[in-house]
Parts: sequence; structure tokens; C-alpha cells
Amino acid sequence: MKSKLKFLEEAIPKLIVAPTFLIMIIFIYGFIAWNFILSLTTSKLLPVYTFAGLKQYYSLFDNMKWWLAMENLLIFSSLFIGLCLIIGLLLAIFIDQKIRFEGIFRTIYLYPMALSFIATGTVWQWMLNPGLGLEKFVIDLGFTNFTFDWIINSEMAIYTIIIAAVWQSTGFVMVLILAGLRGINHEVINAAKIDGASLPLIYWKIIIPQLGPVFFSSVIILLHIAIKTFDLVVVMTKSGPGFSTVLPSIFMYDYSFARNKLAFGASSAMIMLFFIMIFVVPYLYRELRKNS
Amino acid sequence: MKRLKKITLAMSLLGALSMSAAEVEVLHWWTSGGEAESVGKLKGLLEKSGHTWKDFSVAGGNGVNAMTVLKSRTVSGNPPTAAQIKGPSIQEWAELGVLSNLNDVAKANNWDKILPKRFADHMKYQGNYVAVPVNVHKINWMWVNPSIFKKAGASIPTTWQEFEVAAKKIKAAGFIPVAAGGQPWQEATVFETIVLGIGGADFYKKALVDLDFSALNSPTMVKAFDTLRMVKSFTDKNAPGRDWNLATAMVYKGEAAMQFMGDWAKGEFKVAGKKVGVDYIAMDAPQTSGSYLYNIDSFVMFKQKDADKKVAQEKLSQLILGDEFQVLFNTRKGSVPVTLGVARTQFDDIALRSMDTLNSAAYTNQLLPSMAHQMAVPDATKGAIVDVITNFYNTKQSSSDAAKALVSAVKSEM
Repeated sequence: MKSKLKFLEEAIPKLIVAPTFLIMIIFIYGFIAWNFILSLTTSKLLPVYTFAGLKQYYSLFDNMKWWLAMENLLIFSSLFIGLCLIIGLLLAIFIDQKIRFEGIFRTIYLYPMALSFIATGTVWQWMLNPGLGLEKFVIDLGFTNFTFDWIINSEMAIYTIIIAAVWQSTGFVMVLILAGLRGINHEVINAAKIDGASLPLIYWKIIIPQLGPVFFSSVIILLHIAIKTFDLVVVMTKSGPGFSTVLPSIFMYDYSFARNKLAFGASSAMIMLFFIMIFVVPYLYRELRKNS
Repeated sequence: MKRLKKITLAMSLLGALSMSAAEVEVLHWWTSGGEAESVGKLKGLLEKSGHTWKDFSVAGGNGVNAMTVLKSRTVSGNPPTAAQIKGPSIQEWAELGVLSNLNDVAKANNWDKILPKRFADHMKYQGNYVAVPVNVHKINWMWVNPSIFKKAGASIPTTWQEFEVAAKKIKAAGFIPVAAGGQPWQEATVFETIVLGIGGADFYKKALVDLDFSALNSPTMVKAFDTLRMVKSFTDKNAPGRDWNLATAMVYKGEAAMQFMGDWAKGEFKVAGKKVGVDYIAMDAPQTSGSYLYNIDSFVMFKQKDADKKVAQEKLSQLILGDEFQVLFNTRKGSVPVTLGVARTQFDDIALRSMDTLNSAAYTNQLLPSMAHQMAVPDATKGAIVDVITNFYNTKQSSSDAAKALVSAVKSEM
């Protein structure tokens, strides 16, 4: 009797976790594998299993639009992550100065995170439209030479996407960093103060170096937002003007579904996965090593 | 005796039930006001004939969303009865062997006679009918606000040279000469209209239908790109991303003088309460008079396991090409009947002119499939060509480089 109970005790957690585990194996890793197989075929409209080796990858690497998408992703993710971290850090430091109504400010800065990219994108698209938004407003104020037409300029349009994305995500980074700041041991800071260190110096030399793990987590979270960004571009520029703001995710959707090149789209998805892995694997390694 | 009567009654009832039980499920993305109403007419006609209609509409994405759903349904072996698929995609679906053979109903209703051969060819796979055309849109229209022309002292152009002269005057008078929507398909629509105008029907076919390399990279094509650049110089700078109907609004509000767009633009003028001939004029796009650049919507019919469903499917196909539906649908949608010889009384002036052009072009080389609207080449090739056009339009690429890029884009999809 007792051993039976013990067996149940041990088995139940495993039994409960098993379905989720199975579903994950099939619907995440199984489909990744299926996608990889598809990328080696000649599938067009529907999946077919005539294998063509790495043909899709060769033609992907020959595709000028794909490289533009990758370049855009590089510009977008590096500036998006960089600006979010810098602005988020500054906001967090300001709020950390024991200001009044801290809760209100924190909420205000965090609120954009509660919006979907669709709402953010629509509003920013209106504001950046030269005929409706900021440019028209300033011209109406009397500054007739003012131009701010990045969103319709194929060289600059990608930066407007960055502006909207940074606006949306900075508050979140601020909260993460604020939590990190609150966790720092104040005795060290007090000691530095007694030694006559200035506040900026304390932040630069003592506090920020201790925020390493917070920055690392922020980067990983922002990076996956950056790689997944799809809706923001669809709403703001529809990957235009021309296709100057195309991103790999949009590229993949467009080729797989609108252009009926399933295998080709699958190959671009594999490359995207590959790039995510480059960043995620070291992170996982670090986390797992810490735990063991 | 009494009992026998009861049985026969029950049997006939059963028979009637099994006849009416056949249900057609139709996948389409006509979900906006006028379009949804037009589809409603088809539903009404079908239900009058005793079958039931199950609407399976997927809005958004210009049909891409609907296609995604259709693909997954087909893969799982459960396709709808009919789906809205057009142009060379019909062939791609037919190749998969999932489409129904409609030869019987085609023969019984004389489709080979009533459809122009070019249209019928789109609907056939290896000589067998697998799809039913619904309507024809003419692409090469130019929508004009005559009062702007009057104010600017310009005359409405019929050639691209005249266009440039007129556009300069309009610009000088403080109006926007061309209302443009900066989306790739709209840029491609303007471009193919220009190619047809500059190069003529044979050149258009050689370049954008047959994808002949020497035509794609030719002085004529370079000239077409030059003309596109010239047209762009007469658009306003807020055009990128603008929807076509907002561009149409600029014309009827008196902000812009012209728009190049298919005949669905007519609906926007009508909804705004504008009068044709007074507030707006529809002209053939410069140098394309007599040519008919077409965009046909059609339904493919999927193979059915059920004999009853096959009957209902054939009934649906017959109704779509029947005169009654052709008039009901096309007067609402702004397009014209795909069959020749439909009674003209209920159509407006613009539709009648479209029908006249269609009649005269039907059996000549002037009847041409639109590339931008997925009628001429497979979607992958179309996408690659549109990429080249929109890249040229939105960067400072030279016309000769764009013509060269056309060739390599087409090659990459072969």
C-alpha cells in the first residue's frame, strides 16, 4: 500500500507534465523539423516531397530583397535594442532618485507596453505622415521650411519603425532596470559617497556594472521582439516605400503564402531560426549552467 | 392503398429533401459592402433552385488570408465546393488534381460560344473546364476631374506626350496632376497601363505575358520606365502607402486631376454622389484606346465525393454564367459580364463602353491579361516583377537598370 502511494506520488507530477511535454515536442520541435524538410523540397502551392537539396537556400542567398530584409533587421534590432537600453536606463535612474509620484511616472512610461503594435503603428503612422502629422503641424505653426518626411523616404523609412518600436518598449526596459537598481546593496554606494565619489561616478563605476544580468535579460527579450516584428511594419509602411522596410518575417510570409513558394519561404524561416539560435543558445547555456 | 400513398409521399419527400440537402460551400473574400451584396445575389439564385449556400468568407489580406485557409482545408482533404481563385493560379490548383471537371455543364450551356476564347482558356486545364468566370474588370482606365482641366486650361490627354503637357499646366495651376496610391500593386497597375500604351498590344503580350527577355530588356521597356518616372513626378509626396480609394477621393474632391485605376473606381464616385460626364469622366488610359486589359474573377470548383454535391456544384456554375446573375452581379460590382451578348439595358455608360471595347477586342490581340492583377503570370513571377517596378518607382534606379532587373527577376522564378 505504502509503496503504491509513493509510486503515485512520484508518477503524478510526471503524468501531469507529460501531455504538455508531448505537445511541445510535436508542435514546436516537430514542426521545426518539418519546416526544415520542406525547405529542401520543391514545394510551391502545397507541400510536396520532391527533394531539391539546398536549391532554395542558394536562390534565397541570391535574392536581393532577402539581403535588404536582413540589413533592415540588423539596423532595426541594433538601434531598437540600443536605444531602448539607453533611454530605459536613463529613465530608471531618474525615477530612482526618490522622486515624488514615482508610481504615476512608472505607470505612464510602462503604459505603451500595454498597447498592441497595431495601435502603436497606426498612431505613429498618422503622426509621421507629412500631410497629416508632425510636419503639417509645424508648417501650420509658421515654419514653412520644416520637413520631416522619413516615412515616405525609402532611405529613412526604417528609422520611423525604430522610433515607434522604441516608444513602445522603453518603459518595459525601464521597469526591468529599475528592479535591478532596487536590488543593489546600498552599503557599497554609501561607502563610495563617504569617499567623496560623485553620483554620476557611482552610477558609472559601481551601479551599472552590477546590472549585467538585467541588461542581458533585456537584450534577449528585445531581440526576440525585434526578430518577430511584423505587425508594426505592416501597419506603418506595408514594407514600403517600394519594399524598403521589408523585414525577414514579412519576407517569409509574403513568399510562402502570397507568392506560393512554400519551400522558399521555409528556407528563409530556417535562416531566421538560425540567427535566433546564435543569440539564444549562449543565453540558455549560461542559465542552465547557473542552475546546475 | 392509403398506406401506399403514405409511402410514396414519404419517398417523394425524402427525394425532395435529398435534392435540397446538397449544400455548396463557397470560399470568397468579397466581404466589403457592394461586393458582399453582389455575392448575396448569387446565394439568392442558388437557394431559389433548391440548394443551400454556406458562406465561407475570409476577409483581409487581398485574398492571401483566404488562400491560407483554403490550402490547409485542401491538405486535410476537406476543400469547399468552390473557391475564388483567378488567373494562372487556376492551373496551379488544377495540377494538384483537386479540381472538378465541368465539361458537362459547359457543353450544356455552350460556354465555348458565349465566352471569348482567351477567357475560356484561363478556365481550362488540359482542355477541361475546371473554373467559372464571374466578371471582367477593365484596367486601362483614366479617371478625370474635368473641372480641374478647365481651370488649368489643359486638355484631356490621349497620348503620353499630351499627358506631360497637360500635367505641367495642372501643376502650374496649383493642383496635383495625378492621384497616386503608393502601394506596389497600384504602381504596377500604372506601369502595365504605360507598357500597353507605349509598346502596344503585341509588345505588352511579348513582355508581360510571354516574358520574352528581349522584350523585357528593350528600348521600349526603358521608355516605359522613363514614362513611369515622368508620371511619378506629377504625383504628390504623400502618396506612399495610400489606398486606391483615397486616391480616387482626391479626384472627386477636386484635389487631383487624374487617376489610373481599373473600373472598380467607378463605385467610389457613385458612392460620393458624383455624376459621370459632369463631375468625372472615364477615359481610356493614354494610347490604349481599343485595347482591353482585363482582370477576371473566377471560382474554381473542387472535386466532390457526394453525387448530390456535384449536382449542386454544376447548378452553381450554370447560374454564375447565366444572364440573370451576370446582370445582377456586375451592375453592382462595377465590372461587366464575362459572357458576350448579355442584355445591355441595366448597365451604365461606362460599363457599356467597357462592353463595347470587350466585344471589339474579344477575338483580336487587343484583349490582354493584366499582369498586376494576377492574370498573366504565376504569382511568384508576378511578385518578382512587381518588386522590380516598385523598387524602381521608389528609388533613383535608372530605367535601363530597371529593364535589366526585370530580366533577372523573371529568370530567378523559372
